[in-house]
Amino acid sequence: MKFWRVPLDSEEILVSKGIVYIIDDRCKGCGYCIEYCPRDVLEMSSRFNSKGYHPPSVKQPDLCVNCHYCEAICPDFAIYSLEAPANAPAA
Amino acid sequence: MTISPSKHPLDPILRTERIPHIWCPGCGIGTAFSSCLIALQSSGIDLDKTAVVSGIGCSGRGAGYVKLDSYHTTHGRAIPFATGMKLANPDLNVIVFSGDGDLFAIGGNHFLHAARRNMDLTVICVNNFNYGMTGGQAAATTPNLAKTTTTTRGNPESPFNLPLLAYASGATYIARWTMLHTRDLTQSISEAIQRRGFSFIEVLAPCPTGYGRRNKQKPIEALKIFQERSVVKNGANPGEVLLDFKLGITLGKFIDSERPTFTESYDKICRPQTAADSA
Repeated sequence: MKFWRVPLDSEEILVSKGIVYIIDDRCKGCGYCIEYCPRDVLEMSSRFNSKGYHPPSVKQPDLCVNCHYCEAICPDFAIYSLEAPANAPAA
Repeated sequence: MTISPSKHPLDPILRTERIPHIWCPGCGIGTAFSSCLIALQSSGIDLDKTAVVSGIGCSGRGAGYVKLDSYHTTHGRAIPFATGMKLANPDLNVIVFSGDGDLFAIGGNHFLHAARRNMDLTVICVNNFNYGMTGGQAAATTPNLAKTTTTTRGNPESPFNLPLLAYASGATYIARWTMLHTRDLTQSISEAIQRRGFSFIEVLAPCPTGYGRRNKQKPIEALKIFQERSVVKNGANPGEVLLDFKLGITLGKFIDSERPTFTESYDKICRPQTAADSA
């Protein structure tokens, strides 16, 4: 993580980590999740879903901090994130 | 990574067999609807005593996608149906989710009178600046000079200022957000559901097929305008709030006041329980 001035307790703060799940067949390819992901985790994929849209795919899975913004902004209930298991390596 | 191990968090209150919904790619109604569902889920209210009422139009389809008691009513009459439900069963939480055409054009009068009576309803109005479902005609909220199928040289009319209209009619909670401000919107809806009185929340949403296509506004560009031009002014005077793609868009919670709801006044005056009440 980039800091303007490193906080004294930055080592102790646990950054939450998430895993993004995409329900391909609900996606209509609007790209809102890709555009507005604060950590730039997603990208447009070249594959098609059953309706002929390009769903997003996960470009940088390690960057997801489980903020749920993609889940909130998706108009099609097609993407969500869940807390990564605790035994995953710290971010 | 694309195969989900569990379901979408909103699936329990979504009629998943009807998803994907009818809303176009890039339409903001889905996001407004999803914020509404997140608010319903997180506010902790009894969902068995919650009803969602919609009118006609794109946003009017909302009631058909929510797995709660829901009611898809005749055009413009969402608020009268909701009023009836609330009066028949005052324990219900009644949420009206509909569009600007339904609530303010054909149903305009019903809105005014429900606000005047201070009915205990939560009205969420998705404003997409045109009649989207019928092909993008000019509506009561279409900005001046905007192009639509019925105003090909630009709209000569001025739009309604919905927060001011609600304020003048007597609504006791008035907020406006865009579908991009999902967190604030969710919080606002959650607040509105849990309070008494007539709550009105306007949600600005892009309509890429009807409005955006004729006004050179791609869905992402519309969101960029919402992001760059909007100013949050909580407590702003509803008479001074702006809604102009060039000058700026005022968002926020404008009014949060208290006055007796219709049910309370009715019970006090027409169904007195004690001698003190009837005096």
